[in-house]
Amino acid sequence: MTLPGFPDAAPVAGLIGGGLIGLAAALMLLGAGRIAGVSGIAARAFGLAESSLPRGQAFAFLLGLPLGAAIVMHLTGAAVPAFAGPVTLIVAGLIVGVGTRLGSGCTSGHGVCGMSRLSQRSLVAVATFMATGFATVAAMNAFGLAVLP
Amino acid sequence: MIRAFVLPLVSGAIFGAGLTIGGMTDPARVRGFLDLFGAWDPTLAFVMGGAVAVMAFAWAIQRRMQRPAFAEGFSLPDRSDITARLVGGSALFGIGWGIAGLCPGPGFAALAIAPVPAAIFVAAMLVGMGIARLWEARGA
Repeated sequence: MTLPGFPDAAPVAGLIGGGLIGLAAALMLLGAGRIAGVSGIAARAFGLAESSLPRGQAFAFLLGLPLGAAIVMHLTGAAVPAFAGPVTLIVAGLIVGVGTRLGSGCTSGHGVCGMSRLSQRSLVAVATFMATGFATVAAMNAFGLAVLP
Repeated sequence: MIRAFVLPLVSGAIFGAGLTIGGMTDPARVRGFLDLFGAWDPTLAFVMGGAVAVMAFAWAIQRRMQRPAFAEGFSLPDRSDITARLVGGSALFGIGWGIAGLCPGPGFAALAIAPVPAAIFVAAMLVGMGIARLWEARGA
């Protein structure tokens, strides 16, 4: 199924994927009593943040992420997508790392978990990172900076 | 002991599967969503909409629970103050997200899809988190 006017969009896959992400976050919330915020869990797993979440459990969650991705890639046989070059990845990674710690969350913690409980902080965070994300891509396109092959 | 690791592992795996099906592990898809003023791809709005809808339901259940199913109590954020740090950090995060089309969850999930680029991104991200920690320790 396609969206009129957006031939490249995949709305059904998006909804299914989003539903699974919500289910995973719901499992953490109702099962473990915690927010499934990946940046916070990553910082905790690698000793870069204090939290009551045991480090082993933080690692188990992080280990699950590529496991789930591998299962989907295996079952669907989807092609491996293109990624940016190493210098771009390093610059982006550094900025994402600093930004998510200072901003106390990313697309999962603020976006999925925070917005769904109407957290004021998360609504502000999401509006902010969406705005700078839009601006960054627009600026890079305007200056002809293509990062993907 | 083992049981404590099963829940986060299963949650992480479902999360990683959802990210991959939804297109979050495809940087071109992510950057297409962020290309609002160009060839905009609305797919990620469906991902976020689906995830938020399920989680809104989960929060409604959570409000009726005394304690989580497999833990002693809830450990949830309770801050409501809007700080310069929150806004500035989120602004930075959006810039990094836009540059490479990757955020933390898909970065880890992509370790199983494109191991070398994903590992470079994740390693740099962890260094960035370390820098933020040093920065905060100095400011405190």
